[in-house]
Amino acid sequence: MVNIKDILQKRILVLDGAMGTMLQRYKFQEEDFRGERFAAWKHPLQGNNDLLSLTQPEAIAEVHRKYFAAGADIVETNTFSGTTIAMADYHMEDLVYELNYESAKIAKKVANEFTAKEPNKPRFVAGSIGPTNKTASMSPDVNDPGFRAVSFDELRIAYKQQVEALLDGGADILLVETIFDTLNAKAALFAIEEVKEERNIDVPIMVSGTITDASGRTLSGQTAEAFLISISHIPILSVGFNCALGANQLVPHLEVLSSRTEHAISAHPNAGLPNAFGEYDESPEQMAAQIKEYVEKGLVNIVGGCCGTTPEHIRAIAELVKKYDPRELTVVG
Amino acid sequence: MTQGNSHIPTTDNRQRTTRYLKLSGLEPLVVTPETNFINVGERTNVAGSKKFLRLIKEEKFEEALDVARHQVEGGAQIIDINMDDGLIDGKKAMVKFLNLVIAEPDIARVPIMIDSSKWDIIEAGLQVVQGKCVVNSISLKEGKEEFVHHAKLIRRYGAAVIVMAFDEVGQADNYDRRIEISKRSYDILVNEVGFAPEDIIFDLNIFPVATGMDEHKRNALDFIQATKWVRENLPHCSVSGGVSNVSFSFRGNNPVREAMHSAFLYHAIQAGMNMGIVNPALLEIYDDIPKDLLEHVEDVILNRRDDATERLLDFAESVVGTAKESKVDLSWREEPLQNRITRALVKGIDQYIVEDIEEARQAADKPIEVIEGNLMTGMNVVGDLFGSGKMFLPQVVKSARVMKKAVAHLLPYIEEEKLKNPQEGDTKGNGKILMATVKGDVHDIGKNIVSVVLACNNYEIVDLGVMVPPEKIINAAIEHNVDVIGLSGLITPSLDEMVFLAKEMQRQNFKVPLLIGGATTSKAHTAVKIDPQYNSAVVYVNDASRAVTVVGDLLKNESSEAYKSGIKLDYDEFRDKFLKRTKKKEYKTIEKARENKFKIDWDTAAIVKPNKLGIQVIEDLELEKLIDFIDWSPFFRSWDLHGKYPDILTDDVIGEQARELFADAQEMLNGIVGEKQLRAKAIFGLFSANTINDDDIEVTYSPLSAEVPTGQKGVFRTLRQQLKRREGIADFALADFIAPKESGKQDYIGCFCVSTGFGTAELAAEYEKNLDDYSSIMVKALADRLAEAFAEYLHKEVRMKHWGYSADEGLSNAELINESYKGIRPAPGYPACPDHLEKLTIWDILQVEENIGVQLTESLAMWPAASVSGYYFGNPEARYFGLGKIKEDQVTDFANRKGIALEKAAKWLAPNIADD
Repeated sequence: MVNIKDILQKRILVLDGAMGTMLQRYKFQEEDFRGERFAAWKHPLQGNNDLLSLTQPEAIAEVHRKYFAAGADIVETNTFSGTTIAMADYHMEDLVYELNYESAKIAKKVANEFTAKEPNKPRFVAGSIGPTNKTASMSPDVNDPGFRAVSFDELRIAYKQQVEALLDGGADILLVETIFDTLNAKAALFAIEEVKEERNIDVPIMVSGTITDASGRTLSGQTAEAFLISISHIPILSVGFNCALGANQLVPHLEVLSSRTEHAISAHPNAGLPNAFGEYDESPEQMAAQIKEYVEKGLVNIVGGCCGTTPEHIRAIAELVKKYDPRELTVVG
Repeated sequence: MTQGNSHIPTTDNRQRTTRYLKLSGLEPLVVTPETNFINVGERTNVAGSKKFLRLIKEEKFEEALDVARHQVEGGAQIIDINMDDGLIDGKKAMVKFLNLVIAEPDIARVPIMIDSSKWDIIEAGLQVVQGKCVVNSISLKEGKEEFVHHAKLIRRYGAAVIVMAFDEVGQADNYDRRIEISKRSYDILVNEVGFAPEDIIFDLNIFPVATGMDEHKRNALDFIQATKWVRENLPHCSVSGGVSNVSFSFRGNNPVREAMHSAFLYHAIQAGMNMGIVNPALLEIYDDIPKDLLEHVEDVILNRRDDATERLLDFAESVVGTAKESKVDLSWREEPLQNRITRALVKGIDQYIVEDIEEARQAADKPIEVIEGNLMTGMNVVGDLFGSGKMFLPQVVKSARVMKKAVAHLLPYIEEEKLKNPQEGDTKGNGKILMATVKGDVHDIGKNIVSVVLACNNYEIVDLGVMVPPEKIINAAIEHNVDVIGLSGLITPSLDEMVFLAKEMQRQNFKVPLLIGGATTSKAHTAVKIDPQYNSAVVYVNDASRAVTVVGDLLKNESSEAYKSGIKLDYDEFRDKFLKRTKKKEYKTIEKARENKFKIDWDTAAIVKPNKLGIQVIEDLELEKLIDFIDWSPFFRSWDLHGKYPDILTDDVIGEQARELFADAQEMLNGIVGEKQLRAKAIFGLFSANTINDDDIEVTYSPLSAEVPTGQKGVFRTLRQQLKRREGIADFALADFIAPKESGKQDYIGCFCVSTGFGTAELAAEYEKNLDDYSSIMVKALADRLAEAFAEYLHKEVRMKHWGYSADEGLSNAELINESYKGIRPAPGYPACPDHLEKLTIWDILQVEENIGVQLTESLAMWPAASVSGYYFGNPEARYFGLGKIKEDQVTDFANRKGIALEKAAKWLAPNIADD
């Protein structure tokens, strides 16, 4: 396997776009989510996109294929909600290992097809590790600011299970993403370190936070630099931001990261901000035009899309970044 | 900015990033050679602060948070939190306190030092903090294996660590042992654990000197030299320590201790100590230490003479004597003119200003040059000190008093000059600002403070006073061609007035920026309700010091447009976020909320019949009786000095300023009381009452003017909580505290109005005439405190005598302020009953205006402003609560019950109606 760190020195890598946006095009109904296997499940399952890796694996593979064909170097597994904590909504805690394992396997299989066709452009699979639906450093109860809905240990154990399954299924990279509460991310990183130590392996880690508004802070209140400092204690491949904002609103925050870290920088913004109907309507050309600023300023090493982006967006981004050098990297000592 | 390392490409703006100790709370703290010395706050340490220990033991976490907040406000760059005490469940207290700290952005912005000798407490702490903390501490005391185990986990949790110079043999107490242990610890951490060297901080043990024992002579010197060795030989690490230990032998002699701390730090910092725990109140400026004292102290610290200790002890006795004498130092009067003027402004001394200004005027070509030159030079110093937190609000207001006197002296000469050279024209200063308290509102302390501070910064203020109708504001803005309009308000109806004015300004195509301030305003209200109404900039300004920067940014030519559009965008996004967030809240229907009302068991409830039913008037209470009832903390708050009285008087940072302000207040209060400058009047009534139809309280009363009892009925309409909360929590309305009619029990209620405001306006006007804003603001702030004290006093009288349900109550005044008595006195317009309209009912029943002369404005503010009104509830289970937001169904129901139009109800309840 080619070392992704070496490739990062040479060119800007392209991450895929949104999975959810693509799956919406299939207009899956409740029975499609259930498939045969979960036909009798006691709870509604529509909306559990991660489950589609088991019930509609061909659709998932097809989305991955489209992104690779559009020029993505890395695709994310369909596992954004693949923890016992997030799956509790569907009473599917017991399926977490299988969901992650199968999702990674599907993505890896497609990646291998493409690598075989184009050996000079190897394709990678990033195991997507979402933030869960609970926050470890904020109270959901306004009347009780000291209350916490989830503990560090609960998160650590849940993340550890997800990490093990993603690695077993063949993920090349672990992507801790859409971090709105840094403490959740620290629990994920803690779990990854435990797995690395127990298995005596090294695995590249990408960390991606979310700046939720123009104040330039995460939902849990940290500035971009404070966030960076809080996750810099273990060796990581890259750090960056995704979701919440459109590409141009991310620029100042990427500049903060870029000037203060030796790690690679990643960005996968949304296709603009949602319109009044909650839809993202920035065209591939519009988004690429904004991402041009990233590459002209030499801010990024890995770039892709989040909510609302499609293979067409990724194609436009891939075409664009080909022409630019990556942000210069220094070897982390 | 730091220099790039040679092997890093310098083609971009990247800094050399690693190898500095970097910590984070909500904001980053990067320790570079330029940061010099990081001050760690240690008041949140149960081992170091008796007060904090007591608060934690008594589970007074709110107050414990104040301690933390105070430290951060006072400049602590890291806060050390320690819960190691035999009587506390340390792990539980650590987690609980940290969770609360994290929820306070003004505290959580700094990194946290988790301090414990117990690993399980440290680990529990690390698991609840998102930022990068410092662990205080680990050492080789229990052997290498445990040291490595803990270090590994700390690294994995993402924290820096303090390593004590301690090993299996014991604590390092000389130079060689300090080096030996640090070196060994460093090698293990860096080479075996893989710990980042910049994340290691050594505590090299600061021990006392001048103890009289020979083996302690080198304690300070060894520390300093070991610090130097560590910084030179163990790359990238830091050195810390608790400084006050060094002067332990001189407890009780603060001048000597202060000098010792300064001298020690001076040398230790030079040697490389870059972090530590220092009490800023016990620190003298190194250059200000008298030379003879410094010499004696440094002899001890640096062990320069065999007899150093004896000599310092002898010398110390003389220091004690002189330090306590404080005499007025007038040597500054010998200094050059500009120094004298600047000093008078900075220190607020008005004694000599006229003579100095006259001297300046004679030296100047034109009198205006004295303002533009001498005075502005001085005021710029004031502005810088205030801006950097080195001066406090009361001092700035005093500076303004000096400034005004100086300008008043110059004005006749300036006028004369104008007549001679009419073409010269006026100088405009930095800009013109209109200030007004909106229609229906009478509160102006905050507005006056902002006016004074802005005036200090060379803005011309057009102050329209209180209760200013919108058309007057608009006309005055046009007439004076102002650059900014500032609106202030304290009561909730003022919020609507501000919205109305913004609309009106938009309609008339105004472009002037609008500032919004006052106790009831907020960024949320400004962003959601006012900003959308006005196309130009609207800025919420929460304190006087921010007002200066905001106005500066608004009016600076080069940056103004960018700032305005930035603000607009910020409010747009804040609004979106706010509206999204509020949507998530769920509410019950009013019926459901009523089903879940707070239930008192009326069969067993002890209802006490008042000793005297009916209405009583107090015409002229002796003010002296109120002094003990004054709650001083809000008084300090009105001057932007935050802290609890009396602790605030001994606060490290603002204590001196607080004492000075308090002395001035006492002096004025003595005058007010002695010369009866204000009049205290009250009216109150106690009535038979029962709750009817869930939320209404029906009272039976006879007006004071009636010759025979008339037994009229009046109804108080209360509002009920509707926000969905956890199971088992009742949805409160004040009506729940009165027995319902169907219980068959006769219950009682009271209502009252007190005022100490009669005479305030006249006194304030008198001060203003003498250019003394400081005293004018002070008299209003004192009248407000007296009114609150009167309400407290009268409540006690009612409880013990007139109603008499707690005749044997023996509470201290402190307990009163903490409201530890039975029964409540909620006030319309405040959280439990935010509806101001209820004041009208109280005014009807008591005939307040006819009897004691307190009026209601169109926005239902009380005039004079220093007045308090409310209800009395006597049931022991009655408690204060916040209504929170309510829904349309209750508004409709409320309008029906009250017999008023829905629009009117919606207008008055607007701040409490949940947005859909």
